[in-house]
Amino acid sequence: MPSFARHALEAAVVLGALVGLVAYVTLLERKFAARLQSRIGPYYVGWPHGWLQPIADGLKLMLKEDVVPARADRGVYNLAPIVFLVPCLLIFATIPFAPGLGVADLAIGVLFFLAVSSLEIVGLFMGGWGSNNKYALLSVMRAVNQIISYDLPFIFVALVPVLLAGSLQMSAIVGAQAGLWFVAYPVLGQLAFLAFVVATLAAENRVPFDILEAESELVAGFRVEYSGMKLALIQLGEYAHMLGTSFLGALLFLGGWLGPGPAWLGPVWFLAKALAIFLLVTWVRWSFVRIRVDQILAISWKLMLPASVLLLLATALWVAAGGAGAA
Amino acid sequence: MPETQTRQVVELGYAGSERLVMNMGPQHPSAHGVFRMLLTLEGETVVAMDAIIGYLHRCHEKLGETLTYVQYPSIASKTDYVAAMTSELAYVSAVEALGTFEVPRRAQYLRVLVAELQRIASHCLWLGTWCMDMGGALGGGATVFLYCFREREEVLDRLEELTGARLLYGFHQVGGTRYDVPAGWDRKVRDTVAFIERRIDEWEAMLEDNAVFRVRTQGVGVVSRELAQEVGIAGPLLRGSGVDFDLRRDAPYSSYGDFRFRVPVEAAGDCYARYRVRMVEFRESIRIARQVLDGLPEGPISSRPGVKSVGQVRVPKGEAYARVEGARGEVGCYIVSDGGPRPYRMKWRGASFSNLAVLPHIIPGHKVADVVAIMGSVDPVFGEVDR
Repeated sequence: MPSFARHALEAAVVLGALVGLVAYVTLLERKFAARLQSRIGPYYVGWPHGWLQPIADGLKLMLKEDVVPARADRGVYNLAPIVFLVPCLLIFATIPFAPGLGVADLAIGVLFFLAVSSLEIVGLFMGGWGSNNKYALLSVMRAVNQIISYDLPFIFVALVPVLLAGSLQMSAIVGAQAGLWFVAYPVLGQLAFLAFVVATLAAENRVPFDILEAESELVAGFRVEYSGMKLALIQLGEYAHMLGTSFLGALLFLGGWLGPGPAWLGPVWFLAKALAIFLLVTWVRWSFVRIRVDQILAISWKLMLPASVLLLLATALWVAAGGAGAA
Repeated sequence: MPETQTRQVVELGYAGSERLVMNMGPQHPSAHGVFRMLLTLEGETVVAMDAIIGYLHRCHEKLGETLTYVQYPSIASKTDYVAAMTSELAYVSAVEALGTFEVPRRAQYLRVLVAELQRIASHCLWLGTWCMDMGGALGGGATVFLYCFREREEVLDRLEELTGARLLYGFHQVGGTRYDVPAGWDRKVRDTVAFIERRIDEWEAMLEDNAVFRVRTQGVGVVSRELAQEVGIAGPLLRGSGVDFDLRRDAPYSSYGDFRFRVPVEAAGDCYARYRVRMVEFRESIRIARQVLDGLPEGPISSRPGVKSVGQVRVPKGEAYARVEGARGEVGCYIVSDGGPRPYRMKWRGASFSNLAVLPHIIPGHKVADVVAIMGSVDPVFGEVDR
């Protein structure tokens, strides 16, 4: 079965690269945040500049005692990190890193991405519920509220480039941006990108929308009882999801692997764009205070949802009227 | 009026959904030390709140009866350990009011100077921890927190140069101060306050221009003027509720009568009003510090130089109460003397203790996230609450 073996190998390579990338993205964020806060950040582990810090952190979490609360629902509690992690890694299946370089460039790639990335809430809820902890319970109540509220605007905004490109296939969307990146489309592109970033913040539970982690109120939210490897899996999932969404943003709005230079530079451009979105999100995270749960819902239903629907409608009308996207 | 009004706010009559009793503290990221709250929740809304204190009780008042007037000032700083200078000042002022101690003018000026530097340091800590409560240790709150600590560090460095200690100073003694300023110190203090003055503008730009910060603070935790006076809160909380009262101006102690400053008052009574009051107080403290440095008189720093024995200060039989405007409000010390070298009885009035009493009145009806915002805006220090 050469075809099966090839796919398995591809998946393994992507997964391995992904886990490594995620580990070093945490280092990037810590360094970036440290600079914002006039600190140095990790420095001594892997001198200089803490190059081995993510590995040390991973090892530490693996060696830690795995505590299961006595009153926890063991099955649900133990399963939750896996259920949370799998969709977070699965979203990378449809992301092409360059023409032909990816696990599966599905014809319905964007749809698959959006559908799978919404699944993480299941694992999250299982974790919070199975912990049998009041903080965790409050946290997952918030999580369900928030993720349901923000998945809709997130999906609507992600459909804007789909309309412009006239395809759900990731590579076709990038191909349609050969002339002009979608973010550069007058008004529509910028508004859609802005809405995408805000929805991303909310969907990734980052400050100012991190109410489900909210450690000053809920200690650590849904993962308050987790320790050791299970905590590592949850964190890996969170960062993978964040990174995946950044890749999606780079694909949908910033022209994916398009950029000056030879074709082999494509993946480098793609990674640079995704990391730029990631850093933008990180910058917001380390500058804002947290919004309250009722305010988050109000922003979603009263502002984000109508705005994203209007944006989608406007795009549809523009494309129907023979706008540049069809060209 | 007091009885019925204080009772009715304790529990709101919500109908319907199931209630959850959640324990917050004493081990909790935003317990500000060791505060414990029992919250009764309906969904996210707090319907009742019970405040439990006492986890940091160290028998301070009993300790005051066993230590002499020479020994206790450096222990007094351990009540409100974030603004140690003011509690020391309250204690020595009470002793000085009991006896007949002359305090040289230079010492009086130095007392005002360290009190104002301490207020700056204390407000830095308040702003940082409060933003951390609202923004999280993994978010913008931590950024403000680290900025504030960077600035507070400068003030602590100055106080270290003056006293050799960074947190608990033992600077005051009965009849004056223990240390004089080192050479070139006033220049450094001027630089420090100028530096902090610039940073205050940055903090304000970062917070007030941020819609998220405003929606989290405006209209949250409103303390009405009536409630403020009924419960007996003090300091920035009181002034944030529209009561124009500041001991430094209305009952000047030490040498506050010599300096010009403005007392900020905000009418709204919400977290944002309390924030505004403290931000203005930063600037007014800097203004007072500059005036002290400009007018610092020459002369001795104490009418009783040198400590020869711990029992050397004696005061006549009697009792006295001294109060000072600490960073959190009125800090009072009441001493009863039987003529010996140590008080017969001593009582602290901690500003944080009285301020905390307002929490059960304002928290019911708010969301869980507001609880920590309101708690942070009250700025309690548990060393002073439990003593």
